[in-house]
Formats: sequence, C-alpha cells, structure tokens
Amino acid sequence: MNLTRRKFDALIIGAGGAGLRAALQLSNGDAKVAVVSKVFPTRSHTVAAQGGVNAALANVLPDSWHWHMFDTVKGSDYLGDQDAIEYMCRAASKVVYELDHFGVPFSRLDNGNIYQRAFGGQSQNFGQTQAARTCAAADRTGHAILHSLYQQNLRARTHFFDEYFAVDLLRDEQGFVLGVLAFEILTGEPIVIEAKTTLIATGGAGQLFRTTTNALINTGDGMAMALRAGVPLEDMEFVQFHPTGIAGRGMLITEGARGEGGFLVNADGERFMERYAPRAKDLASRDVVSRSIATEVREGRGCGRNRDHVLLDLRHLGADAIHHRLPGIREASMTFLGIDPIEAPIPVFPTCHYSMGGIPTNCLGQVVAPVKDTPEDPVPGLYAAGEAACVSVHGANRLGGNSLLDILVFGRAAANHILEYLSENRYHRPLDEGAVERAMARLTRWDRKDPGDGTAERIEPLRRELRKVMEDHCSVFRTDEVMREGVEKVRALRERLNHAVIADHSATFNTARVEAMELENLMDCALATIRSALGREESRGAHSRIDFPERDDQHWLKHSLYSLVDDSLDYKPVRTQPNTVASFPPKERVY
Amino acid sequence: MEPDSRTRWRCRRGMLENDWLLGQFLAQGYAQLDQEGRDAFERLLDYPDNVLLDVVMGRQTTVDDGIARLVPAIRAAAAAETAP
Repeated sequence: MNLTRRKFDALIIGAGGAGLRAALQLSNGDAKVAVVSKVFPTRSHTVAAQGGVNAALANVLPDSWHWHMFDTVKGSDYLGDQDAIEYMCRAASKVVYELDHFGVPFSRLDNGNIYQRAFGGQSQNFGQTQAARTCAAADRTGHAILHSLYQQNLRARTHFFDEYFAVDLLRDEQGFVLGVLAFEILTGEPIVIEAKTTLIATGGAGQLFRTTTNALINTGDGMAMALRAGVPLEDMEFVQFHPTGIAGRGMLITEGARGEGGFLVNADGERFMERYAPRAKDLASRDVVSRSIATEVREGRGCGRNRDHVLLDLRHLGADAIHHRLPGIREASMTFLGIDPIEAPIPVFPTCHYSMGGIPTNCLGQVVAPVKDTPEDPVPGLYAAGEAACVSVHGANRLGGNSLLDILVFGRAAANHILEYLSENRYHRPLDEGAVERAMARLTRWDRKDPGDGTAERIEPLRRELRKVMEDHCSVFRTDEVMREGVEKVRALRERLNHAVIADHSATFNTARVEAMELENLMDCALATIRSALGREESRGAHSRIDFPERDDQHWLKHSLYSLVDDSLDYKPVRTQPNTVASFPPKERVY
Repeated sequence: MEPDSRTRWRCRRGMLENDWLLGQFLAQGYAQLDQEGRDAFERLLDYPDNVLLDVVMGRQTTVDDGIARLVPAIRAAAAAETAP
C-alpha cells in the first residue's frame, strides 16, 4: 500500500504527563522518539490537575514511603497491586526532585524546601495522625509539569506529530506491536509510524458519561486501540465520581460548599440527605451522597425541565458568607450556568472524574495480557502508562495526589524498560501489511456516503445517547437489573454506529471523522466498563452495588479483565505481595 | 463568518471549562466577529489553558486589547445557555 511511512525506535501515543515523561527519558537515552498527539501537547488533560504530587519528602511533617504505601493500599480498598504500589511510593521522592530540576516551580517553605499539603487519606504511622505529603505548584501543578516536560522534550529533540490521530495499533501474527496507523488531521493523509516499541499514554475515558469533569479529548482512544488489538482492559468498573458536578456541564462544585453549610434539595424542596444519612446528612461520604442524588432522580424527584438533577442550596448562608468563603463556587455557577447562588440554588449531579481501570501493565510499564500460560505475559513491543493504564496502583479507588505521581513514575519506568528492550532488539521487524490494511479499513470506513434510504445514523445523537445510557445504567446507581439493561442498550448503540455516516468528506481538517472515530473508541470502552461492572458482584471502592453492598474478599479480591475480541470477562489475582516489605492484609476501610 | 474546522479543533482544550466556554462562543458569538475579532480569538487560543481560563474568568488581565474586548462576549455566550 502506497502510504507515507516513518520509522522510530519508540512511539508514544498521547502527550500528557505520562507520555512526555517517557519521551524525555527516551530522548535523553538517545532513542529516536516520536510522540503522536491529537491536540497540541500542552493542551493535554494533565493541565487540569490542580492538586499536586504525593511524595514522602517529610518537609512539613514526619513521613515515610512505607506510610504512603499503606495509605495507597488502604485507599485502593485492597485491590491495588502491592508490588506496584511499593515501587511507586519508593520512587516518588526521586521523580519530584527530578521535576524540580526540570523547572517545575513547586511552592516553597520559608527554609527553601518544597512545601507539602495535607490531603484526605494521608496518614503517619500506618493510619494514625494526618500526614502532609502533597507537593504542589500553587493550584496549577499539572499545568506546570506539562509545560516543563514539553520544554525539556523540545530541548531533547523529541519528534512531535502534533494534531495527528492514531487509528489502530499494528500487530503482527506473532503478537508483536510494530507501531500505529495514524492520520494528520490537517491534511487527512494517513501515515504508518513504525516503531520497535509503542507506549500508549492517551489518558482516561471520562467522556463515557454525560456529566464529567473530563475534557472533550478524554475518549479512551488508547484503551480502545488495545481492546481491538486483542488486549483485555483491567478493572474498568472502577470509575471515580464526585457527588456534585454542575448539572448538564460537569464542572466540579467542591465539598467546601456543603462544608460551609450548603444542602441538597429535591424537586419537593426536601432536604433528602436527612433520609439517607440522618447523622452526617449532606456531609456523608462521597459515594453515599452520589447514590442518594441518583436515587432521588431515578424515583422522579429530580429538578429541572428533564427532572434530571437536584439542587445545591447556599442561599441561607447569606451574601457575605458566599462572597467571602465560597467565591470560586459562585464564580463557577455564574460563569457556567448564569446562576448566582446568592439568589438561586445550583443544579448538581454526580460527575465522573477518573478511570482507575485501563490497559493492564506490570511495574515496568509493559502491557501484560493472558497470551500464553499466565494472565500476565508481556505483549512484545507494547507499553502503557498513566490513566490509560492499570498497573494497578489505584485499585478500586484513587487517592488525591497519586494520579500525577502515577504518570511520572510509570512513564519513566516504561521508558527505562523500553531502552533495555531497544538494546536487545536493534532492528525493526518486518511490518505486517495485513495489519496496515485492517487499520486503513477502519479509517476509510468513514468515507462511506449516506445511502439516502433513511437508515443512516449520525454521530452526535449516538454520542449523546451513549453518554446518557452510561450515566443512567453504570454511574453511581448500580444493580444487576439496571446494568443488564444498560449492556443491551450499549450493544444496540454499537450496532447502530455501524450504520453511521458523516456529512463532511473533505480531506482538510475533517474533525467530523475524528469525532466519529472517537465515538467508536468510547463505544468499546463503554462495553468494557459496563460488562465489568455487571460482573463484579460486590461493593468495593468506587464500585458500589445496591444489590451487593458489602466488600467480598473471599470471592472478589481479584482484577477483572474484559476482552472485546470474544466479549468475555476473566479475572486474575491481586498481587498482594510487595517487593521487599510485608503485605498489608485486607481490613475494613474506615477513616 | 462561521468558524472553520481548524479553529474549532483549536478550541479542544485540556480543561472542560475551556471546552465549554469556547464551544459556547463558537456556537453563539463567533459569527458576529469581524476580521480583527477573529484574529484576536486566534491569539486567545494561543494562550496556555490556565491563562486562557484566568483571562476569560477575569482573574487575570491581558495587555492585548483585542482579546480584552472578546472576554465579555465569551462570558455572555457561556451564561446564555439556559440552565438545565
């Protein structure tokens, strides 16, 4: 096939923090590196991470990587792999100091050391007093990290394919991943990027849900590519939700609003949290508040013209308190809704924030799958890191400050292993032209015209329906019946997508085609998520089942693996044995 | 003049807040811009995401008069969408 072809030692798909950290390590290691990104690199979603990076530097309070490890294992509701968690917590200080040297302007103490904030879930002495572990660059840590890494990559001469969309992985008959088929969004021209190693760092799939804090770019592209290449996705049922996002928009209204005395009401004006949590009321834990809101809406007590949200009322706090103590929340409400919370309540609904699941990897960043004898055979040439991956350090629930740490530690680790692999695999394997043809078919499928017989489906309505189905059937209100119905609806939508056409067939900047392919990716991720959630008959971390309200370690202390190729679920054990220390056995998770 | 595909794609940002603000403006305000306004909008899109958001939210001022003139229109378009 007469296509433009380029060859690299390492190809990185995605230019967020994980991708750029890996790229920098590789470029500095003299590998020939290419980064493919569908948007300009500094517009990746890492930029939205405000909180910070956890590392036991002990600059503010006593701390140790081992305490950090305990907190992370406990936070994961014991589903996290303890070898990976130990690896991450031990590496944390090093990656923070590296960032400092790369130019990230961390906030400082008077003595010049890096300042550290206290976040929820952090403890000293294995669950005793509060720790202060989060290093931050004011409230824009992700932004500072992303920009510093990008500058460092330019200096290291990493090659960027900006505004290129990756279509599919190219995998040969022996299972080696040999690169990707992509196309340039500007010209529409396809390009085969051959690489001895490919790292997927495309972030999460938050756009699966109608209400999400995630940017529009978070469509699970890399996860879906892995699925189509025969790699299962791990633990996709674990999705972190925040109870109060701005309804219909997704942006977060922080707990501060309820902490200051704001309360939730339904369409009858009832403070419904009094029924669900008579003592804690509106300050009950996140999952309880989320599920209560969803229950109110499901039972017909939602507000608004579609009765699809509840209201967060701050009016009784008075103008002065709102001006002084909640200015950011007022600003967000006025900007994104045109509602001043001094005068009217804010429409809210649980909002999707983070995917704990993803492409299964080991501590070295290698993608692992049940290829031969074990559930964890490395897929040769394929790596993943960051939110796209599941290593799994977050298990069933991620702690604040651990996501930026994850992308840095495992972006770096994957690059180090890639350098080793490259030293042992010096030549490109012959490309499998069949794989190129299959990927091209996926691309050219969108050249199809509307047959004009009324059977053609359109992308935008299908996307809207998918996100609504996922919100209604697989967000915070999960029962067997609700999810079973959801699986059928997602399957029906995937079938309808086969009949979809786009109106724009121009070559130049055809974003309709990009959006169509993003929807294909979302559909695959949706099926993985809802099938895995239906399969797991327990409640653990972010996966909360009304029909199975308890954690069940006897049957479910294991990772889910969803395979798209045969639409099947499988499981593999949690790695409960750390590398050098004693295992933390499962205990009840109380804070 | 309606925004072209390239401008639309440049409005795909790293933060949902910016996706929303720019998306609403593309739908409801962009067509009224003259050439000077369109040029200013392209310059706004050159800003990093956090700066862009700060400028539009009024937390940071800009010395670029063209961009400063756009800000009220962007905010008006965002707030014009009826609450759900």
